[in-house]
Amino acid sequence: MTNRMPRHLISIDDLDRSGIERVLDRAESFAEVSGREIKKVPALRGRTVVNLFYEASTRTSSSFELAAKRLSADVVNIRSAGSSVDKGESLKDTVQTLSAYDPAAIVIRSPYAGAAQLVAGWTEAAVVNAGDGKHEHPTQALLDVFTLRRRFGSLDRLNIWIVGDVSHSRVARSDILAFTRMGADVTVCGPPTLIPREIEALGCRATATLEHIDEADVIYVLRMQHERMHQSFVPTLREYAARYQINHQRLRPEQLVMHPGPVNRGVELSAATIDSPQALIGAQVKAGVAVRMAVLYELLVGSPVLAAVA
Amino acid sequence: MDQTTRLFSPSRPGVDLLIRGAHVLDPRAELDEPRDILIRGGHIAELAPADSIGADGRLEVVEAEGRHLFPGFVDPHVHLRTPGQEYKENIDTGTAAAAAGGYCAVVAMPNTNPTVDSAAVLGSLIELARREARIPVGFLASVTRGLNGGELTEMAELRDLGAIGFTDDGKPVVSAGMLRKALQYQRLCGGIVALHEEDPELSQDGVMHEGAVSARLGLAGIPSLSESNMIARDSALALYEDARVHFQHLSAAESVAALAAAKEAGAHVSGEASPHHLALTDDLVRTLDSRFKMNPPLRAESDRQALIEGLRSGVIDCVATDHAPHALHEKEVPFEQAPMGVTGLETAFPALYTELVMSGELELATIVERMTAGAALYGLPTPRIAAGEPANLCLIDLEARFVVGEDGYVSRSANCAFHGRTLYGRVLLTLAAGAVAYRRPVLVRGEDDRAQAAIGADASEASR
Repeated sequence: MTNRMPRHLISIDDLDRSGIERVLDRAESFAEVSGREIKKVPALRGRTVVNLFYEASTRTSSSFELAAKRLSADVVNIRSAGSSVDKGESLKDTVQTLSAYDPAAIVIRSPYAGAAQLVAGWTEAAVVNAGDGKHEHPTQALLDVFTLRRRFGSLDRLNIWIVGDVSHSRVARSDILAFTRMGADVTVCGPPTLIPREIEALGCRATATLEHIDEADVIYVLRMQHERMHQSFVPTLREYAARYQINHQRLRPEQLVMHPGPVNRGVELSAATIDSPQALIGAQVKAGVAVRMAVLYELLVGSPVLAAVA
Repeated sequence: MDQTTRLFSPSRPGVDLLIRGAHVLDPRAELDEPRDILIRGGHIAELAPADSIGADGRLEVVEAEGRHLFPGFVDPHVHLRTPGQEYKENIDTGTAAAAAGGYCAVVAMPNTNPTVDSAAVLGSLIELARREARIPVGFLASVTRGLNGGELTEMAELRDLGAIGFTDDGKPVVSAGMLRKALQYQRLCGGIVALHEEDPELSQDGVMHEGAVSARLGLAGIPSLSESNMIARDSALALYEDARVHFQHLSAAESVAALAAAKEAGAHVSGEASPHHLALTDDLVRTLDSRFKMNPPLRAESDRQALIEGLRSGVIDCVATDHAPHALHEKEVPFEQAPMGVTGLETAFPALYTELVMSGELELATIVERMTAGAALYGLPTPRIAAGEPANLCLIDLEARFVVGEDGYVSRSANCAFHGRTLYGRVLLTLAAGAVAYRRPVLVRGEDDRAQAAIGADASEASR
């Protein structure tokens, strides 16, 4: 393929359709590695990947760590609690300090939009955005597309509904961009207090009710956080569940359900739906490692390795 | 108290200077033609047809053919960060930046640390300005103590000491009842009440304009009606109390409509708009560069068009920069964490000239009028180009092009929203209160040849 990978992965906008396909094709080959007994390839041996997490995370941080280790990279994990970040060090100073170790990649999760982009300006390392504020979470979107492509072969003309708190969701933003780029039709649905004005500018439709949910091939359910209730975005979680919960009364048997996790059982999804074969949630988690291996591989392999030590 | 005495700067000897052949534009004086201007002892002694005044040997001559001479600009809204945040700006650097932008007077806001809410703080600032201001500076005191929105300052004493008026700028006066008392008290002490309009219940934790761009970026939005609702509310208060109110930094189409309606109803209100709101839109925030973060935020193209139309029609009375310096380390953080505010004194004229006049949207004369109109609104003398007037002038080369920030900034801070843009309209010389406040340093560079020629004999002197 002739298309070039970007130097960093900050936004889904860094990839055109063929760029996304290239990462997913690579992920397919790494999914095969994950099926082996020895789940390791030497692609990044001798190179360092720093995971810099300023927010609590279970699945994203563990899957990035596993992805780097399965590529044989040396991995450094830094979490804000207990680190110099806790002592008031600025993001810039932290990144410049870590850059002294000459990492090949810095994976960053931050509560603030634009953090990954700033980091890219301060380091020679490739930067992977593992979630910046409510802005983007591109590797989540890639693993979601990977999961759907495996199931349907292609996303062209697939009808996808994204249901829930779109306002506070970086996953929703990256997914809208990635799904539409791959040819899907996307509708966002949720309480009007949690759907941003002018969200249609991202290329999706917006609606406040589940009235036409039966037209969806895939329902992508977002996490409903308890704190939204205290901020009066929804009066109660009970009322939210009554209007927006995806359960077997609302689902057709052919419809598939996705969720980025962690799930609030009985709020946005019924317990029975989570555990049913219609849910792709387990497949999403599994895809996470292969897709993140592919992202690291595509960004790093081909960049210069210290030849002298070999 | 004489109004000129509400502006403070060291007393400087008046300059003797002949500016020859510049195209003189002063809309109020109906001047729009090449003229020679002779300045003696800091006052305009003679205005004559171009090349009619001969130089005697001792007089400094600025050959200014092809350049434009305007009345010095007056900015009713700057933050000089003194006292308390001198690492961002101080009176010396802030007024030097103003002079470099062609300004002959500026009005500083009181949201300093401590707040300018007592005679002691205002008195010490006035003393400082008398020592180090490069151009005359005036001060607004706060409406409420510590900007707390809860207790009025000693407005009468502050006025007696020299405050031009009052503002809680940076914050709205949230309580209508509190603002009403301030407007009633204004009948006793005079002085304009200037308002930063924003309903915190609607702004919440917003960091940019609410619209398609905030939806894309996942940033909390500040809806336009956060501003326009408050303008409507306070216009009604101003009308009811027959008070004099000025609305600061309008950003939204709805706000222009609210101001127009208030004027139509007979309220004694006025409004300002900043060069960044007139020239830029929220589309730039897609870069997530904190240079585009300020309050009120950059809004949509339709808002920008409404501001331009408001400036053209006079609904918006004047241009104000809201020059708000911040240190690099404060701005070099993710967008949501960065403080609000951009610098603007050095780029105000070139930005408006390049983005609005060269594009054909506004007349040059309109820009010049609106950049000087703040003086009268605030009860200060308006700079005029006429015989007998003090020399408050700026000489500008409209054809000189430059990249903003390429040679650094005169301001102590670099958070300029126009950074990196190519603009036209170099300020070559500023006279404020009869003294030379700024002279463009001559650099060894081809494109500055014209500037060098303009400054003429005196260039070598300046570089010594």
